[in-house]
Amino acid sequence: MAENKKVLVIGGGFSGLTAAVETAEAGSEVIIVEKTPYFGGRVTQLNKYFPKLCPPNCGLEMNFKRIKNSSDVTFYTLAEVEKISGQEGNFEVTVKVKPRYVNDKCVGCNACAEACPVEMPNEFNFGLDTTKAAYITHNQAFPFLYAIDDRYCKGKACAKCVAACKYDAIDLDMKSETITLNVGSIIMAAGWDLYDISKLDNLGAGKIKNVITNMQMERLASPNGPTGGKILRPSDGKEVSNIAFVQCAGSRDENHLPYCSFICCMASLKQTTYLREQYPDSKAQIFYIDIRTPGRYEQFYWKVKEDPNVTLTKGKVARITEDAATGNVIVEAEDIFAGKKIKQTFDMVVLAAGMVPSTKNSKIPVDATLTADGFVQPATLKKGVYAVGTLKSPVDVAKSVQDATGVAIKSIQSVRR
Amino acid sequence: MEKKFGVYICKGCGIGDTVDIEKLKKNTVGGARIAAELIKEHDILCSPAGLEMIRNDIKEGTNTLVIGACSPRVKYEEFDFPGTLIERVNLREFVSWTAEPMTDATQTLAEDYVKMGVIKTQKGNLPEPNILQDLSNALVVIGGGITGLTAALEAANAGYQVTIVEKEAELGGWAAKLYKETPRQYPFDKLDEPQVFAKIKEVESHHNIKVYKSSIVEKTDGQPGLFDVTISGNGASETIRAGAFIVAAGWKPYDASKLTHLGYGNPNVITSVDMEEMAKKGKIVRPSDGKEAKKVAFIQCAGSRDANHLPYCSSFCCATSLKQAKYVREKSSDSVAMIFYKDIRTPGQTELFYKSMQNDPGVLLTKGDVTGVTDAGNGNLIVEADNTLLGEKVQVEADLVVLAIGVVPATRGPQEYLDGLVEAGKKGDDAKKEFIEGTEKPPFLLNLTYRQGPELPSLEGASGFADSNFICFQYETRRTGIYTAGCVRQPMNMTEAASDAAGAALKAIQCVEHVAKGIAVHPRAWDTTFPDPMMIKCTSCKRCTEECPFGAIDEDEKGTPSYRINRCRRCGTCMGACPERIVSFKDFSVDIVGSQIKGVDINEDDFRVIVLACENDAYPALDSAAIKRIKISPSVRIIPVRCLGSTNLVWVTDAFSTGIDGMILLGCKYGENYQCHFVKGSELANYRFSKVKETLDKLQLESDRCQLMQVSISDYDKLPEMINDFVARVEEIGPNPFKEF
Repeated sequence: MAENKKVLVIGGGFSGLTAAVETAEAGSEVIIVEKTPYFGGRVTQLNKYFPKLCPPNCGLEMNFKRIKNSSDVTFYTLAEVEKISGQEGNFEVTVKVKPRYVNDKCVGCNACAEACPVEMPNEFNFGLDTTKAAYITHNQAFPFLYAIDDRYCKGKACAKCVAACKYDAIDLDMKSETITLNVGSIIMAAGWDLYDISKLDNLGAGKIKNVITNMQMERLASPNGPTGGKILRPSDGKEVSNIAFVQCAGSRDENHLPYCSFICCMASLKQTTYLREQYPDSKAQIFYIDIRTPGRYEQFYWKVKEDPNVTLTKGKVARITEDAATGNVIVEAEDIFAGKKIKQTFDMVVLAAGMVPSTKNSKIPVDATLTADGFVQPATLKKGVYAVGTLKSPVDVAKSVQDATGVAIKSIQSVRR
Repeated sequence: MEKKFGVYICKGCGIGDTVDIEKLKKNTVGGARIAAELIKEHDILCSPAGLEMIRNDIKEGTNTLVIGACSPRVKYEEFDFPGTLIERVNLREFVSWTAEPMTDATQTLAEDYVKMGVIKTQKGNLPEPNILQDLSNALVVIGGGITGLTAALEAANAGYQVTIVEKEAELGGWAAKLYKETPRQYPFDKLDEPQVFAKIKEVESHHNIKVYKSSIVEKTDGQPGLFDVTISGNGASETIRAGAFIVAAGWKPYDASKLTHLGYGNPNVITSVDMEEMAKKGKIVRPSDGKEAKKVAFIQCAGSRDANHLPYCSSFCCATSLKQAKYVREKSSDSVAMIFYKDIRTPGQTELFYKSMQNDPGVLLTKGDVTGVTDAGNGNLIVEADNTLLGEKVQVEADLVVLAIGVVPATRGPQEYLDGLVEAGKKGDDAKKEFIEGTEKPPFLLNLTYRQGPELPSLEGASGFADSNFICFQYETRRTGIYTAGCVRQPMNMTEAASDAAGAALKAIQCVEHVAKGIAVHPRAWDTTFPDPMMIKCTSCKRCTEECPFGAIDEDEKGTPSYRINRCRRCGTCMGACPERIVSFKDFSVDIVGSQIKGVDINEDDFRVIVLACENDAYPALDSAAIKRIKISPSVRIIPVRCLGSTNLVWVTDAFSTGIDGMILLGCKYGENYQCHFVKGSELANYRFSKVKETLDKLQLESDRCQLMQVSISDYDKLPEMINDFVARVEEIGPNPFKEF
């Protein structure tokens, strides 16, 4: 019999949240450990989902509501698992909880951020703007508590936020804590990162201002993003009239990521609708190897194709360069159907950058055999430990949800054995 | 429970600087008839001292709390007092953060909100769960292919009894007919042996699983926890009690006889399904003469991605053809496999398999549109393709042509039949009769005795797949306790189907666990309230039975609605539909909201606009606007509702007859890509709302005074302006003439 009936979920992105609430609603106690100050992971950074073009915060809000209404879900933010010992039914987990410097008395009034003199790069917006060192990522963040980033905060020498807070919610003396959790089963949902585009020399290596990633495009189009949802190009804040989307930026490339990142075709097709909706005369051109819109996603592809201002060009992009005088971007590519090389100028280029499992940037806390690309091979995991979603293979949100729900039953089996 | 009230007003977060608290308290004494000593204030109510004040009162017997502070979306742990009836009045987001401080209008706004909160607790009651008797937590799985077997095993291994109903004589489905499977594991370069046989063995020896072969579900009666399922087959029939279903009835290949343009009909043109059978038998030959097939052409998208056939991609056919190309190549070293494709779709790590196949010089991949497959005269076939990468027409000769046939879900037949029946029914009895006589009835899967029909309702634009419309909630269906998995949901490969099966099994378990506790399932998986109609007043008008998005209400032989509580999702659509206003929840009813509306302060000089806001999306959007401190007209009174579908038109009458000047219904997007968490709620509200003009005409009022707006949770930047513009329009129309009465 399992000595401990609780389930630990590592990661509070959509996969982790789903695994947690689905497990809890089936009757098991769940603890979520999330390394950032907020839940929602990559999904919170998206403007809209494909193919419905609905806002991801809608589903997140529902899952937050499920957490709020459940007595079976507890969580730690700014927390990272350091060590796991034991076996199925009786794991001991060491978790380091980093200081938020803001306690539960925070009411979310924004006075600390107003008082804070430090501007820091806004990681939530992939560096497209800055934010204060006392910050909250956006107006629908959960938990709705501010956080202070100690990499930038000037500490007690400044303490302007402490003076500004009427609620005694800021504690610059807060220290890291190490806690021990006893659980019967563990679900890892540590998610993914974007492939580092600085490795893509021929595509500008991240040095051309108006060449952005697909995730930056999501932030540009989001109403809670750096431009309030207006697609403006980073170099000069100008409105854009034509954008090139470069598929497989890293993916399906032996020198970078040999696998297909699954989401990028649908993501770029979706992003053409952001552009087209905002600028009626604008043009979008997608350079691709194969358009991969499996299942009913095909319908979305057809819908986008109907737009005469969206051009799909089969061919690899050979080179991207900057026109220094205008900030425009020059794309050189082959047009396979036309059987020729083309050179075209765009206001902005979006790289459909690939998906990399988070194991590439931070080690997972259990023994697991990874593929050469960093994906967890689930069969090699210890009994009672499970991996979800993009840790195992590139998938979209829908497939992550399916997988997380499926893994929930595995974790329940583990704690009921 | 005898109610002992406590009203607590927070002065923090600017509330104390926006509103005259003493005046607010005085008004609450007068307006809401609460004794002065029961109304307390605190500088920071959510602080330990503030909470201590509330807890002390609870110790003294206070059990009904009105908390005038921030939005219920925050400080939910602090203001959680189990066993008490609590109403959170959102003075921070809806007053302090959105209205001008210390004006008369703002003062009245705050006073109205507190009064409305008090009314809600006066009228409402603490819910008690309704737990039905003789509940079963056993599951029924329809289909014994890879999905059904996996679902059964996952649930059985979690401790639940499972019955599998398989229409064929043997378990295994398509998975048992395969020669090999596409690679399941890294590095994805070797074909795997079929996994299904091990699963069949495990299922057949599992003490928690019972299997009915050559059987179908003939009838399903009841509701979650209390399904009576009649299983018939082998000349017998048996009825078992079950708690929930997993529909894993799988798929069938698209009708190849419709693909004559790809050569089907010629004996040497076969489908990918035939190819598995042939490979399994050992030899790959031309069916016409049994000659070994050394040049095999594969045509992708046979039916799929074609507006004339299947308007979707069948997802796994690219990998299947690559796999079958390997069969061809493994049989003989001088064989050639040619794949004609539109796009090679090997998403994720399946790409690695594609790469490994690309390295084989005997596999030729040609992008192009196949324009014809013709007989070469010698038993061979000529495949002709256009729009190839070479920019010219290509003709190749092949011994055998394999059509990568598309997937048709088992749910499509029943759905098309039933949709056809409904359409014919609209044209009259003769047309209906003609349809029944002239249409072959496909095999049904569930045969529900539900008033709304025997199968899962179709999802618009889903081509017969019983899919969820929600990206975030993949297992949502419109029949509580009935979950779908595998290729009835989406085209998917076997690895995905197995994972999908586990997900559906989990949802089925949740359902039986929740009905055992008398709690709703998603999206109100914490809710212990339930609709409690006062049947004595029911006129059997059937609106609730027709409108319920989840088919939760049947009718008895006299036509009187009978509520199957365990099918209910607690959206309140029945409550909104009922013209007699007899459906109520303990904490949400026509009377509660109507009384809140009637409690709003009306005076001749000010305009009043009621906003009924969907609590799932519109309400958080309003909160989010407030967080950005975007001003909203103080004429507005926001009342959250479970779903816009719960809006009863009497609220409109209530509002306008008491002198409210305008009304907005804020709900989710409806139509094909609906966002309503209750599927049909906002659409039904809109339907009812189209009739509001009649109501207003009767009152001799302008119909512009009422508007339904579709908003999403991310519309917070636009929403205040939309509301303020509406208020301005109402002001142009002028005050409601009923104010004078």
